This record gives sequence, C-alpha cells and structure tokens, in this order.
Amino acid sequence: MQLGIFTVGDVTPDPTTGQAPTEHERIKSMVAIARKAEEVGLDVFATGEHHNPPFVPSSPTTMLGYLAAQTEKLILSTSTTLITTNDPVKIAEDYAMLQHLADGRVDLMLGRGNMGPVYPWFGQDIRTGIELAIENYHLLHRLWREDIVDWEGEFRTPLQGFTSTPRPLDGVPPFVWHGSIRSPQIAEQAAYYGDGFFANHIFWPTEHFVRLVGYYRQRFAHYGHGAPEQAIVGLGGQVFMRKNSQDAVREFRPYFDNAPVYGHGPSLEEFTSQTPLTVGSPQEVIDKTLTFREHFGDYQRQLFLMDHAGLPLRTVLEQLDLLGGEVVPVLRRELDALRPANVPDGPTHEALVAASLTGTQLETDELETSTS
Amino acid sequence: MTLRTIAVVSAGLSQPSSTRLLADQLAAATARGLPAGTQIEEIELRELAHDIVNNLLTGFPSPALRRAIEQVTSADGLIAATPLYSGSYNGLFKSFFDVLDPDALAGKPVLIAATGGTARHSLALEHAIRPLFTYLRAVTVPTAVFAATQDWGSAGSSGGALTARIERAGAELAAVIGQRQPAAEADPYASAAPFEQLLRNR
Repeated sequence: MQLGIFTVGDVTPDPTTGQAPTEHERIKSMVAIARKAEEVGLDVFATGEHHNPPFVPSSPTTMLGYLAAQTEKLILSTSTTLITTNDPVKIAEDYAMLQHLADGRVDLMLGRGNMGPVYPWFGQDIRTGIELAIENYHLLHRLWREDIVDWEGEFRTPLQGFTSTPRPLDGVPPFVWHGSIRSPQIAEQAAYYGDGFFANHIFWPTEHFVRLVGYYRQRFAHYGHGAPEQAIVGLGGQVFMRKNSQDAVREFRPYFDNAPVYGHGPSLEEFTSQTPLTVGSPQEVIDKTLTFREHFGDYQRQLFLMDHAGLPLRTVLEQLDLLGGEVVPVLRRELDALRPANVPDGPTHEALVAASLTGTQLETDELETSTS
Repeated sequence: MTLRTIAVVSAGLSQPSSTRLLADQLAAATARGLPAGTQIEEIELRELAHDIVNNLLTGFPSPALRRAIEQVTSADGLIAATPLYSGSYNGLFKSFFDVLDPDALAGKPVLIAATGGTARHSLALEHAIRPLFTYLRAVTVPTAVFAATQDWGSAGSSGGALTARIERAGAELAAVIGQRQPAAEADPYASAAPFEQLLRNR
C-alpha cells in the first residue's frame, strides 16, 4: 500500500489573516512539504500542473527533478499531467529524463484539465479533450516502448523515424495512472492499457465513484490484464487533524468556509457527511479512510490533499507529522494485512523491472486465461 | 399497461403558492388522460433551495436533491411551473435546470406553466421558458398555461378560460406520454464505447 500526498499548488490567502504567500514562498513551501513527506515516512508526493493563476506548478518535472535530488525514497508523481495540452513527445522526453535522475522513483497521473481557456493557449480545444487524451497517450505509450516510431495522427505533426530520448530507465517506462472524475472513456483507456486508474473522489459523493471504479475493474479484466480485483486503483482523500476532534473542527472551519472549490456552499458538517473529507482526530481519519476499501475494494495508492485553502506552511507540516506519525502506519498495516496475496501492491520501478523480466511468459499466460 | 409517472416541479416561493396550485391542477388534468394509477411526483424547489445553490458551487447534489433530480429524469413526463420574476422564470427555477446534466431532459415530454400578477407578462412562457426547454431538447407541448391573479376568480364568468387551458394542456401532455415507451434511465456505462472504437476514431 502506497500512502502519500498530492498538492494542487494554489496560492490562496489565509482566510484568518488575509495574507497570501508570494509565488516564491508557495513554491518553496511545496518543496518543504515534499521533503517533510519523506521525513515522516510517506511513500508518494504528487504535484498538480496548471497554466493559470492562482496556481504555481506550471513546470512539474523541474520541481520533481529538484525534489529527486533532495529525497531518497519518495516516489515523485503528478496530479495531474495534462495529456491534452502537452505535446506527448515532450512528456515522453521529460519524464524519461526525470525517471533516470530519480533512479526510477517516478510515475505520473494523466488528466485532461477542465479550464477551457488553457486549451487554446496551447493550440487545442477543450471540446476534443477525450480525443486528445486518447490519441496523445497512444503516442506516448508507443514512444516509451518502441525505439523508432512512425506516427501520424490528428493533433500533432507526423513523426518519421523518431526516437524519443533518453530511453526509459532499464527499458521500463514510468507507471501511468489515468485520473478522471466522470468519464467512462478514461476508465476504459486505463483498463485497455492495463494502467492504473486514480479516482480523485474528494469533492464528490462516494457512490458516483463506486460505479466508475467498478467499471474500470471490469474492463481491466475484459482486456486480459488480470481479475477485476487485480486492477490498480488509487484514491484521493482530504483530512485535517488535531488530537482532539473539536480542536480540528474549530481550527479548520474558516479554511473550509472560504476554500476555493467548495467554500461558501455546504456546511462543514454536510460536506464531511457527503464526501471523503475528514476533520477530526487521527483515529477518525483512520476509520473513515478504511471505509474507502469497503467501497472500492483493495487498492494500491491513497493520496491525501493537505495543503490547500490557504493553510499556512507551519500548520501543513504539523498535519504531516500527525499523518506520518499516527495515521499512515496504521493504514499501511491494516490495508496490507487485508489485501489478498493475488492483489498487487502499489507499483514501483523495481516491481515493474522484475515483471518485465518474466513479462513475456506472464503475458502468454494471461492471454491464454482470457481466451479460455 | 405500464403505469406512468409525472414529475411536477414548482418554483413557487410563497406558502401557500399559486404556482403549486396551478401545477397540481395541471397534474390532475394530465392524469385524467392517462390510465388510472398514474403516479404524480411533486417536487417543491423551495425546500431544495440551499441544496441547489450548493450544487452550483460544488458540482454535486445533496442526497435530497439527487432524489429530486432522479424523480425528474426518470419520469415519463414533466410539468414545470414557475412564478414570473422580472419578466421571466425566477432564479430558483433556472438554477434547478442548470444543475441537471445537459442531456437529462432530451426527448422528455414537458408542459410549461407560469403564474404572475397580471396577464401582461404571459408571453414570458413563449420567449423565456419555452426556449429553455428547447435548449434542453425536451419535447414541449403546444399549450403553455399562464395564470394571472385575476384568472383564479374568473372561472365562472369567463367560461372557465383558465380551467379550459389547463384541461387542454393536460390532454396534450397525456397524449404525448401515451404515444411513447415508458421512460428508461440512460446508462453511461452500458453505452460506453469499447476502446478499440475510441482509438479507431483517432
């Protein structure tokens, strides 16, 4: 079980003081948060990618490359990498380079992006978002697996005899998650390639995502990658903790009430009852997070959103102490113990390399199973 | 014979509400044109007002609002009634239809109705409310019913003009519903294209 954090990278004023960090302060605080994640024993740090204010992380591989040099164990990931508006050739090159620098501690989560104007800024159209995601990823998938690629598609200039360099570390591409909150086509895409599916269910009710994840699992099996319960699932989470539940609620309420995504809407109490948000003691966070497995089955990666809505860095670091000290060890122990032996652990470069060495035999077995 | 369901949405804000009164009479008139046992599902938007605003802000409905949305989208026909504010539907009425999926009412038989202080605003049904349902690709019946304050007292003297319009509109909606197969919920997963097809289209 991989447990970690993901950040949007928003610059939001602290509603209790009215003060917003500078972009420089926010970028440096993201680095401090990632380093803290490693220090307290988390497995994953993922950064968003955005190309408009009030967000700072427009250049994820620059940040993750810097973090690769500052950390030793942490898996560096994204939440999400825009497969629609980035050139898939540049994604192939950037993340392969990052994978080498980080000695394999890299994977990425692909997403479409929901901000209309960003698409034309990069020469695209949000109305073709699904088509862009499908064509661009198909090319990216080939660029990492075929040394010489001839390509012609609808959305980028053709390639003749193109080799994406550097080639992936150990000949094994970074693991890919596909993130979606409502599109069956993206669940279908993740299933087709046998990639991971990340359901960021933090802002929506669980029952919607139960169907989406169930569909991905069923299609994963349909395409011969294994049984439905062997599909690779990641989930979001959002928590704020203090030793005493009442202290957590009192401290977090002004941040909740003014949060960019859901502020000025439902009450904290309504939102916590309708979404995965947990505001309370570490034990309450453990209890709520364990219900995710009951809804979605055994899963491989749990990422928490910890640093949004203008929370000051000091508070976020305290939260990470609680997350790493009291919550994650229990969740890891419980979820690892509950996961059956035939369900894979979270994807790592080492595991993918090991699988690739026996891969030919495995794929033959799987094909025989799926056609029998 | 399959039993039919009619969802009745009222955006009236006062209690008691003349918009609800009009909507109920339209529902009764429609039911008279359908087999006995037709089910009427009443949706009072006033009770869902906060949930509707929250849905606009968060992108998802509360459990109560989700039930109301499912009542509307799974019904065989819809009666949608609003008081007129500033010459058009009120904000609550529009906000409810704004939080539905864009395709949720495609092909749905709909009867539109409005209430207002005077008959001077009755064409708002034609220049504001009917275009909303045209955008949503609903099938709106020809007769739209407007009830001004005065109409409620004029049944006897004016030959029951409001009552006659209510009966005609209800009969039109019943006829459209009667011609159709019972409504079935669209399933985005059942109709999802296999990946080979998504890829081939590239």
